[in-house]
Amino acid sequence: MKALVSVKRVVDYNVRIQVKPDGSGVVTDGVKFSVNPFDEIAMEEAVRLKEKGKITEIVAVTIGGAKCEETLRTALAFGADRAVHVKEEGEVQPLTAAQALAAVFKKEGANLFLLGKQAIDDDANQTGQMVAALLDLPQATFASKVELEASKATVTREVDAGLETLEIDLPAVITADLRLNEPRYLKLPDIMKAKKKPIEAVTLADLGVTAGAGLKASKTVAPPKRSKGVVVKTVDELIAALKGKGLI
Amino acid sequence: MQFTHEHQQIYDTTKKFVETEINPHVLEWEKAGFWPAHEVLKKMGGLGLLGISKPDSVGGLGLDYSYQVAFAEALGFCTCGGIPMAIGVQTDMATPALARFGSDYLKENFLKPAVAGEMVAAIAVSEPGAGSDVAGIKTTARKVGEEYVISGSKLWITNGTQADWACMLVNSGEGDRHGNKSLIVVPLDAKGVDRRQKLDKLGQRSSDTAMIFLDEVRVPARNLIGQEGKGFTYQMQQFQEERLFLSASIIAAMERVIDDTAAYTRQRQAFGQSILDNQYVQFRLSELKTEVEALRALTYRATTELVAGRDAALLASMAKLKSGRLGREVTDACLQFWGGQGYMWESSVAQFYRDLRLHSIGGGADEVMLGIISKRLGYGGKRKPS
Ligand SMILES: Cc1cc2nc3c(=O)[nH]c(=O)nc-3n(C[C@H](O)[C@H](O)[C@H](O)COP(=O)(O)OP(=O)(O)OC[C@H]3O[C@@H](n4cnc5c(N)ncnc54)[C@H](O)[C@@H]3O)c2cc1C
Ligand SMILES: Cc1cc2nc3c(=O)[nH]c(=O)nc-3n(C[C@H](O)[C@H](O)[C@H](O)COP(=O)(O)OP(=O)(O)OC[C@H]3O[C@@H](n4cnc5c(N)ncnc54)[C@H](O)[C@@H]3O)c2cc1C
Repeated sequence: MKALVSVKRVVDYNVRIQVKPDGSGVVTDGVKFSVNPFDEIAMEEAVRLKEKGKITEIVAVTIGGAKCEETLRTALAFGADRAVHVKEEGEVQPLTAAQALAAVFKKEGANLFLLGKQAIDDDANQTGQMVAALLDLPQATFASKVELEASKATVTREVDAGLETLEIDLPAVITADLRLNEPRYLKLPDIMKAKKKPIEAVTLADLGVTAGAGLKASKTVAPPKRSKGVVVKTVDELIAALKGKGLI
Repeated sequence: MQFTHEHQQIYDTTKKFVETEINPHVLEWEKAGFWPAHEVLKKMGGLGLLGISKPDSVGGLGLDYSYQVAFAEALGFCTCGGIPMAIGVQTDMATPALARFGSDYLKENFLKPAVAGEMVAAIAVSEPGAGSDVAGIKTTARKVGEEYVISGSKLWITNGTQADWACMLVNSGEGDRHGNKSLIVVPLDAKGVDRRQKLDKLGQRSSDTAMIFLDEVRVPARNLIGQEGKGFTYQMQQFQEERLFLSASIIAAMERVIDDTAAYTRQRQAFGQSILDNQYVQFRLSELKTEVEALRALTYRATTELVAGRDAALLASMAKLKSGRLGREVTDACLQFWGGQGYMWESSVAQFYRDLRLHSIGGGADEVMLGIISKRLGYGGKRKPS
């Protein structure tokens, strides 16, 4: 069974995000980038499934500029067997990304598409869902547990009411939630071995996709500064304070 | 030195290891005056962290020293100074000469297990009567048949209470004090080794430091590293790695101290504003950050020289000198801005005030570095006849 795992290059979660003075986006120069943590969890899950003998090949895919090769190298160090780099220096909107990923999935003839439930940069939370729709495949989002059999997957997902268990036919799309697993430490020999694993470069055109421009970001602003908190000594005081603010 | 993607990954793995496997235990280990070296090093060995610049043949990665510097720098995220230093003994102080000059037998039986984290190593050079003056050591090794018989004592030996073996500098002959020495791998469970005395230190408390007595300790002759009589030269060469490691390993600690100080003074109010609102405090912290960045650049430059195969002694000594001095300056200046809270044992600034103080003494005192630098620059440095 072949699994495709998409990995996105995002600003590292430790970086304090700064909005550009002209409001055209956030500062990315001189800032540390990492693999989207949710994609890392998806990758870890794929590797675990491979270690259990449920998957035979893991292909990592990313869309973006030259720098994204590093993201793929990290995925290869995790345990992906090879990688596909969809090269695009310009902006990639969610639908374009989904179209490109769906095309790679088809081209690869993969049985399982694993990815993070969202990327921590735009928090859009729609790629997995759109890929499933484009390919007309079953989807299980926000997975906190995945069990794989030859032709189906059993996925536990966290929903507002508690845990929901879905059984879906393969091929399928599964998006990873935070509690699915804890990604391993990258072993140094694996980091070095990743340098030698193959990365195939393709373009959007090769995949028959045209970059869309359906969305337009009009302005980026920083969230309002949090105002100073107060310390209360008793529950009564807390209730009074909340009432005073008209919150309860 | 270029920080490539692989450098960054090694750095990230090391940092993650330090933050999840070491930092949660630091307070406990500091209190106990001991860290479980076998347990921690075993885990690190499993990740490939202990043999970055050691050859493949012993389980290492065979990478150049710049990758080792990335590792050392990331160890600096430890919330104390003792453990990075103790790990450095394993990777950069006790093992470089063994890797360079050791026989296949020694590499197989001592280096390979050290790289795997199955054995803990120590470096035993200093003695009660000789620290800076390395050539002045008194411990002797007599060759008797196929054995060396070692007698003497070693002082301030890091990992000394728990190490499996030590790379020990001894006088193996008479005559010229720079040509009569050897490095010998001494198993520390050998008969005649007494290392019960754990020393009580100002800082670096989680790192165990021992006094080791050697009374007619018999070691197989094949435990000699390289050639007899070359020990002093090998040790001087081995100091290069030690000094670069030490410089790189405290950069992040200094940055942490400055960052913690900014955070503390930002919320601490006095005279109607935060302490950090005083421009004097801002400028001092900014200046210190600049100094640390300059130390990083110097350390990288020394590393570049070493990696290029050029003589890095001058730059490595400069980096070591600067890091020792700056460790003191940063922690002293920052402790001041914490006021009474900085003087409290458990504050993070007091932790590093104690721990980093070692760096102007251990691994060659500041004055020894100045001696090397002066000599290299041709300002003097003639040795007095011994
Ligand atoms: C916590 C700790 C861990 C250590 N771990 C190890 C270890 O694992 N293995 C090991 O072998 N050693 C270890 N050491 C010993 C360390 O390397 C020595 O302490 C150091 O080399 C200094 O030697 P010394 O203490 O004998 O000082 P001395 O040689 O007595 O010198 C004292 C001081 O005199 C001054 N001085 C010395 N020479 C000159 C000069 N030429 N010109 C001007 N001033 C000078 C310096 O200020 C120096 O600090 C450790 C020490 C400590 C404190
Ligand atoms: C061991 C010990 C014993 C003590 N004993 C006593 C005692 O018996 N009785 C008692 O009443 N107190 C005692 N103290 C408290 C001591 O007097 C205070 O710690 C000291 O006055 C500093 O105050 P602070 O700690 O609140 O520092 P803060 O007022 O918070 O100041 C912190 C730092 O900010 C900087 N700073 C402050 N103001 C300015 C400024 N205007 N411009 C620029 N920088 C500034 C300084 O570097 C200062 O060190 C003791 C403290 C210690 C550590």
